[in-house]
Amino acid sequence: MPGLMIDREVLIEAPAEVVWRTITEPDQMSQWFATRVDLVVEPGAHGYMEFGDQGGPVVVEVVDPPARFSFRWNHPRGEEPVAGNSMLVEFTLTPVGAERTRLRVVESGHELLAWPDAEKERYADEHRDGWVEYLDRLADVLAERRSR
Amino acid sequence: MTAQTDDELWSAIGDPSRRQVLDLLVNNGEVSASWLAGRVPFTRQAVSKHLVVLERAGLISRRKQGREVLYLVEADRLDQATRAMAELAAQWDRRLGMIKRLAETAHAQNKSKRRPS
Repeated sequence: MPGLMIDREVLIEAPAEVVWRTITEPDQMSQWFATRVDLVVEPGAHGYMEFGDQGGPVVVEVVDPPARFSFRWNHPRGEEPVAGNSMLVEFTLTPVGAERTRLRVVESGHELLAWPDAEKERYADEHRDGWVEYLDRLADVLAERRSR
Repeated sequence: MTAQTDDELWSAIGDPSRRQVLDLLVNNGEVSASWLAGRVPFTRQAVSKHLVVLERAGLISRRKQGREVLYLVEADRLDQATRAMAELAAQWDRRLGMIKRLAETAHAQNKSKRRPS
């Protein structure tokens, strides 16, 4: 069953190798993500991330430099993160020419990884930026109806 | 509101068929299950199932009127979901923005190291 899915992207004026280091090296990660990152970037590696006075376990899923990096987080402490009790964060890096990179992040709460690639792409395409716009549109329609 | 505690809410909205039902409710106010069933490409039974899921997620509520049961959208819950969703998206936009700055700065430094003036 599809759950929450956030899909955002940004165009970066740097080659994929540089972007890759920014998103995977723990001392870099602590600058854009957690306040402290204790993580070995290897598939299956268990780590820990701290966000101010809160923290939690992280498990690395896919490491395919410099194209794909994913991890699971937000699962209950002491439990193995699996689809259903955690959020999956997937980064995809696509070179644009020699000097630029399109970085896409998808955060999802369901079993995207277990799906066949074609299914996954179709679902992702249908939902690209769709969530936020969809809810915004519903809220607008509703507000209009209530003001009548 | 965190994504995890509201898994039911996201699952409810994530299904395309349920979105169709939710759309109809948002656009038409209080309506019955049979009225909805006449406007979607799936069975009355499927409509009932979707209504149960939407109600459990707090997105709609029901009211009896005579022999009919009418459904309507819970505006506050929908507003709450919209805000939570926008906040999560904004959080990732901020992170992507920081990654962009870090990577572009690192790239500029690499370039100037390779080509000392």
